[in-house]
Amino acid sequence: MKVSYVTPLDLAVVVVIVTAALTLWRQSLVASLRALSLQGVGLGVVAMVLGAHRRDPVLVFVGVLVLLIKGAAIPRLISRVVARDHPGREGSPLINIPASLVGAGLLTLLAFGATRGLVALIATPAARLIPFGVATTLIGFFAMVVRRRAVSQIVGLLTIDNGIALTAFLATSGVPLVVELGVSLDVLLAVAVLRVLAGHLHRQFNIQDLDQLRDLHD
Amino acid sequence: MIYALLATPLVTGLVSALVPWRRWVPLLGVASLLGVLAVALVLAHDALHSPARALHGSLAVDPLSALMLLVIGAVGLLAAIGGVRYLDLQLARAQCSTRQASLYAALVQGFIAAMLLTVLARNIAIMWVAVEATTIVTTFLVGHRRTRGAIEASWKYIIICSVGIALAFLGTILLYVASSHTGGPASLDWATLVREAPQMNHAVVRLAFSLIVLGYGTKVGLAPLHSWLPDAHSQAPAPVSALMSGVLLAVAFYAIVRCRSIAVSALGSDFVRTTLLISGLATLVVAVSMLLAQRDYKRMLAYSSMEHMGLLCLGAAAGTPLAFAAVLLHMIGHGLAKGVLFLGAGEILELEGTSEIAQVRGLLARRPALGGLFALGLAALLGLPPFSVFASELGLVRSLSAAGLTWVAGLALAALALVMVGMSAPAATMLLGPGTGRATSPRLVRAPLGAALGVLALVGVVAWPLSLLIHAGATVAAQ
Repeated sequence: MKVSYVTPLDLAVVVVIVTAALTLWRQSLVASLRALSLQGVGLGVVAMVLGAHRRDPVLVFVGVLVLLIKGAAIPRLISRVVARDHPGREGSPLINIPASLVGAGLLTLLAFGATRGLVALIATPAARLIPFGVATTLIGFFAMVVRRRAVSQIVGLLTIDNGIALTAFLATSGVPLVVELGVSLDVLLAVAVLRVLAGHLHRQFNIQDLDQLRDLHD
Repeated sequence: MIYALLATPLVTGLVSALVPWRRWVPLLGVASLLGVLAVALVLAHDALHSPARALHGSLAVDPLSALMLLVIGAVGLLAAIGGVRYLDLQLARAQCSTRQASLYAALVQGFIAAMLLTVLARNIAIMWVAVEATTIVTTFLVGHRRTRGAIEASWKYIIICSVGIALAFLGTILLYVASSHTGGPASLDWATLVREAPQMNHAVVRLAFSLIVLGYGTKVGLAPLHSWLPDAHSQAPAPVSALMSGVLLAVAFYAIVRCRSIAVSALGSDFVRTTLLISGLATLVVAVSMLLAQRDYKRMLAYSSMEHMGLLCLGAAAGTPLAFAAVLLHMIGHGLAKGVLFLGAGEILELEGTSEIAQVRGLLARRPALGGLFALGLAALLGLPPFSVFASELGLVRSLSAAGLTWVAGLALAALALVMVGMSAPAATMLLGPGTGRATSPRLVRAPLGAALGVLALVGVVAWPLSLLIHAGATVAAQ
C-alpha cells in the first residue's frame, strides 16, 4: 500500500462523509450548503487522486469537472434560492439533531456490513473505502426523510448522488467519460428544475415547509 | 435511419423553443410524431431481418426496441394531436402565455427524444441517463398548469423519481463492477454484459438487480416507491398524462427487462423471479385497493396504470418467450387504451369542470360521441374482446400457469375481476343516466381516439401485422 496515494484518498473520502453528517447537524441552510460544496470538492479530489495514481488523464479530467460542477456550480445555483426565498434555518426536523447523528452513525455501520462482499471482491486499497460511499448515500436518504424544507431536500438528494458517485469512483476505474458527462448534465438540469419549483412553491403559494404540501391525497 | 429518428423530435423541439409562438407550432409537433412513427415502422420492418446500428453499435434496433419505438410513436402521435387542443384552450382562456405554450411544445418533443434514446441505447448507463432525462423534462410538463396542485405534484414527482433512479444508477455501476471482475474487459454494453454474466460474482449481481428493480420500479410505478404516480398523472395536462401513463411507464419497464436478461444469465431464474413476483404482487395489491376507493376518475386511471404495470411485472417473472409475447402485446394495448382514456378524461374535465366521478352523469345521453369513445376505451382497458388487452391478459394468465406459477395466475385473475367490478360501477355512474342537451366535441378530439381504438381492435382480432415482431421481441426479452 503506497502511502503517497492512500493518505490523500483517505482524507478526501473523510471530507465527503463528514460533510454529509454536517448537513444533518447544522440547521442553518447556508451552513448545510457550505458543507455540500465542500463535499463536492472532496469528491472531485477523490477522482483526481485516483486518476493520478492510475495515470488516467480522463479520470483526472472527470475529477476537475466534478469539482467545478458539484463543488461550485450546483451549490451556487441553490444558494440563490436560499438568499431569495428561503432565508434562515431548517425549522424543526422530525428527529432532533443528536438522534439524527446517532442515526447517521448506525447507517455507517450498516454500510460496512452490507458492502463486505463487494470490498472483498475488488480488494484494492481504494475499495476498502467503499462503505463510506454507501454510508454517504444512506445519510442522504435519512436527511430527505427527516428534513422538511425544500432546500434541505435538494441537499439530501445531492448527498445521495455524491455518495453513489463516490462508490462508483472507488469501485471502478471510473465509468466511461460519455456516461460521466451525461450523468453530470442530468444532475445539473435536475437542480435547475428543482430551483425553479422551489421558487414557485415559495412565491406563488407561500409554502415554506413541505408538510404544507398536502393538497393531493386519496 | 436511427439518426433521423432521434433528430426529428430534437430539431422540432429546438424550433418550437426558439421560434416565437405561431399557431403552427403544435401542428409541427404532430408532423414530427408522424415522422417518428413512419421511421419506427421502417426500422421495425428491418429489425426482423437485420438490426439497424449507429454510432459504432452504441445505438441499435433489435425487435424488442423496435416494438418500443412503435409504442412511443403511436401514443406520441395521439398525445401530439391532443396537445394541439390543449394549447388552443389554454391560450384562448389566457391560462398560459405564448412563451409557456412554446415551452410545452418543445418539452414534449424533448420527452419523446429522451424515450427514443432510452430504447435505442445499447449501453445500460446511457439508458439510465436517458431515463433520468425523461424525469427532468416531464417535471415542467406535469406542472405546466401552474396550479398549486400541479406544482405540488411536480415537486413530489422529481424528488421521488430522482431518488429512485439514483438507486438504479448504483445498480448499474455494480453491474459494471461485476463485469470488470469476469476476466473480460469491463463493459456497460448490454449484449457483452449478458455474455459475461455467467462469470459474474453472484452477490454483487443480486444486489445490483434488486437496486435496479427498486430504482427503475419507481419510474414504472411499482410499489413501494409509487406515491408520485397518482398525483402526477392526475395533475398533468391530459396529453402529458397520456404519454406518461401510456409510454413512459412502459419505457422504464423496458429498462428492467433489459437488466433482467443480465441477471438471469448470471444467477439463473429463481432469484430474479422472486424479486419480480414480490414487486408485481405488491403493486397489484396497492393498485387494486386504491382503485376501488377512488372518487376521482383521473386518479382512478392512474391506479389502473399501476395495476397494469404490476401485471407486466408478473409476466416478466414468468420469463418465458410466451409470457413476454403477452407482456409486449399488453404494453401496446395498455399504451393505446390509456392514451385514449386520458385524452378522453381531459376532454370530460374540460367540458364538465370536475374530475369527481359522482359529479359527472349521463355522458352517453349528453355527449354521445365523447361518452361512447370513453366507454369503448374503458372496455378496451378492462380487457373485453375484441380489443387486444383481452388477448394479452389471457396470454399472461396462461403463461403464468405454464411456468408453474398457477397460484400467481389465480391472484392475477382475482385482481382483474376486482378491477372489472371496481371500474364498471363508476363508469356506469359517469356514462349512464338521463341527460338533457346534446353537445359534440370537435372532430380533432374524436377522430384520433376513434382511430386508436380501431387499431386496438385490429391488433386484438388478427394480431396482424405485429405478431412476427412481437414473437421476435419476446425471444430477445426472454434471453
